[in-house]
Amino acid sequence: MISWDLLIKTFTTGSGFWNPLVWLLIIAIAYLIVYVIRSQGQTRYKKGTEQTKPFLSGNPEVEKEKMHVKASNLYWGFMESLKGVYSSLNKMHTGNVSDYVMWFIVIMGVFLVVIVGVF
Amino acid sequence: MIFNIPYLAVVALILIGLYAVLFRRNLIKIVIGVTLIESGVNLFLITLGYRKDSVAPIYTSNPNVNQAMALPVPQALTLTSIVIGVAVLALMLSFIVHIYRHYNTLDVRKLGGDEE
Amino acid sequence: MMDYLLYHSPALIIAIPLLGAFLTPLIGRINDKLRNIFVIIILGLTCYFVFLLANDVFTNGIRTYVFGGGALTVGSGSSAYAIRILFEIDGMNAFMAIIGCLLPFIAVIYSWSFMKENTGLDKYYTLVLLMTTGMLGMILTGDMFNFFVFLEITSISSAALVAFWTNKKEAVSAGFKYIIISAIGALFVLLAIAIFYGQYDALNMAVLANNIQYTFLDKIALVLLLAALAMKSGIVPMHMWLPDAYGQAPSSVTLALIATTQASLYGALRVCFTIYGKQLSNVLNQIGGIDFTLSSILAILLVALALITILVGVLMALKQSDLKRMIGYAAVAEIGYMILAFGAALATMDTTGALSSAGDMALKGGIFHIINDALDIGLLFLVAGAVYYATKETSLNRLGGLARNMKYTTVFFLIGLLAVSGMPPMNGFASKILIYETTYQINPILSIIAILSSILLLAVFVKVFHSVFLGPSFKEYSNVKEAPKTMLIAMAIIAGIIIVFGLFPDLILNNIIAPAANALVKPEVYINRIVGGVL
Repeated sequence: MISWDLLIKTFTTGSGFWNPLVWLLIIAIAYLIVYVIRSQGQTRYKKGTEQTKPFLSGNPEVEKEKMHVKASNLYWGFMESLKGVYSSLNKMHTGNVSDYVMWFIVIMGVFLVVIVGVF
Repeated sequence: MIFNIPYLAVVALILIGLYAVLFRRNLIKIVIGVTLIESGVNLFLITLGYRKDSVAPIYTSNPNVNQAMALPVPQALTLTSIVIGVAVLALMLSFIVHIYRHYNTLDVRKLGGDEE
Repeated sequence: MMDYLLYHSPALIIAIPLLGAFLTPLIGRINDKLRNIFVIIILGLTCYFVFLLANDVFTNGIRTYVFGGGALTVGSGSSAYAIRILFEIDGMNAFMAIIGCLLPFIAVIYSWSFMKENTGLDKYYTLVLLMTTGMLGMILTGDMFNFFVFLEITSISSAALVAFWTNKKEAVSAGFKYIIISAIGALFVLLAIAIFYGQYDALNMAVLANNIQYTFLDKIALVLLLAALAMKSGIVPMHMWLPDAYGQAPSSVTLALIATTQASLYGALRVCFTIYGKQLSNVLNQIGGIDFTLSSILAILLVALALITILVGVLMALKQSDLKRMIGYAAVAEIGYMILAFGAALATMDTTGALSSAGDMALKGGIFHIINDALDIGLLFLVAGAVYYATKETSLNRLGGLARNMKYTTVFFLIGLLAVSGMPPMNGFASKILIYETTYQINPILSIIAILSSILLLAVFVKVFHSVFLGPSFKEYSNVKEAPKTMLIAMAIIAGIIIVFGLFPDLILNNIIAPAANALVKPEVYINRIVGGVL
């Protein structure tokens, strides 16, 4: 019921364009090329010996449950370096209903000053 | 000047209600603050309908045919708003009953549960 | 027959869920399965009428409906007086109504098996149908006090639904916070409506838009309306109720709650663009040769709030360890994108040339992002609900390795993850590229912050994907089962719509989004339909 050329028309913004069907085609061709390159690799290796274990700079490999990084610790570096921002954000987010309404009154005051007062 | 007293009362009611919501720690006092704001807005709606020397907007056998009548539309709006306010008040108070059963306190700062 | 149904469809869209809401407890006494099927049929009928109405509005233009019959107004021009409640449906209303009826329909299909072991399900379905009625009434109406009444209906029923699991203490506390915030916001909206009534003796949106002058009281009314409706749609720094309410409600209820926050955002847009539409090019002040119109002041305020919203939403989402609260903060960040697009559209309203066409595209991008965000965040919440149903656990620190047993859920989460962070070929990319390219032409810094926050959002959800689905299998989760069939069907419907919107964005943009954007920037069409006499 919708004509074929309407379906595959390109999506134009004012300064660019985006066609998802062409993108899918290119990605499929790229995966095909990657698969062809990968199948030229070595298939002669022995499973279960030293050749398939991960290398952890010489440390012994502990079992997987203990090595799994938990969710809160995953971005430790990022959060450690932004500690100042996070401490002020934590102070803003208490659980108090009165604080929620206080922010509403503050924003209403800012709007009043800008729209009524200055202009 | 005397005709502006209802509007001053509206502003006073809303400010007292906002003070109760912002600065009081007891949950029931916060709910009373919301009810005060609602009373202020209802008073504002009713006051808008008054005209000078007017009576209630009902046709009676009044010999004066040019008698001014107060506007009936704000009275309908205020009735709707009062009913909505009653429903919201009942819901807030039933939430407070459940909260007291769980937390055993009525202090709003203990309701945190925000961050671990 | 079809014409008769089409003519009365605005009334039917409100009346059918309302009637269903009051019949549901009666039918629930007979049988449980019968009640579920009855609710799905009621919402399906509502969806049918919404699509019928939307089809007609998108092709033929604006419609009105008078409750009680009769003429639209008494008198015409600037002395028009609307004496009945009018529903006026243009492209923007029809577009929001599609969202407002589709999401509760999918939520009810999902809750067939998600809420099966709970008691009190009669009240649950009644409240869901009441919330749908309130939401659709808020979207379709053309009368300001009617908007306030439906806003209160929606907030009361959704507060009761947020606290549905009364045995969890955080849920009841979240419901309490939500009703306090909603009640105060709605009361300030009523104050603004009373100011309008006192000045112009009119409650109809079109009559107000025709007669409005920018006096001191109008400025106060604009501030009250914008602040209260912005609080109800979750803009920082008034957003803090949103992760609480979204995180503690049952997952199917959260899906319908997303639609109600979008409806409040629609209310703010209607105030800015239509009611104050004639005054938007009013030159207010001149500072050093640059004249500040009302549209540029609103644009500055909206863009400033949008940047803070995006940054705070994404940064707070990174440090959460509870699954549903994290998705709630991501929802806050996505609303920031919409406000950024609308601010950009307001800023270029009076210019001509390349900047003005960028503003038109920004408006289309913002409106497209409304439906994309509702679908994407909805899919993520449904997956979180499926995980909670299978493992009774929501903390990210204790979950792990679920992809072995829940294969379909993992695929749906992957689709939702790619869509939310704006990766091709999903629909999130189509709307976000519009926002990036158009805000770049206003100021490059806006676009840079938006792109960086998208990448941070991807980081947030990759963390969730890694810790919930990948990783070694734990002993306590080794025998979880896949989610039940109806939950999978609901998730599949939303994933299908996401992929279709992503693969054919041009079709959606020209047929659904463009009429909505055109209706929003032309308030004269909206006004003349009611005030200009019998057409």
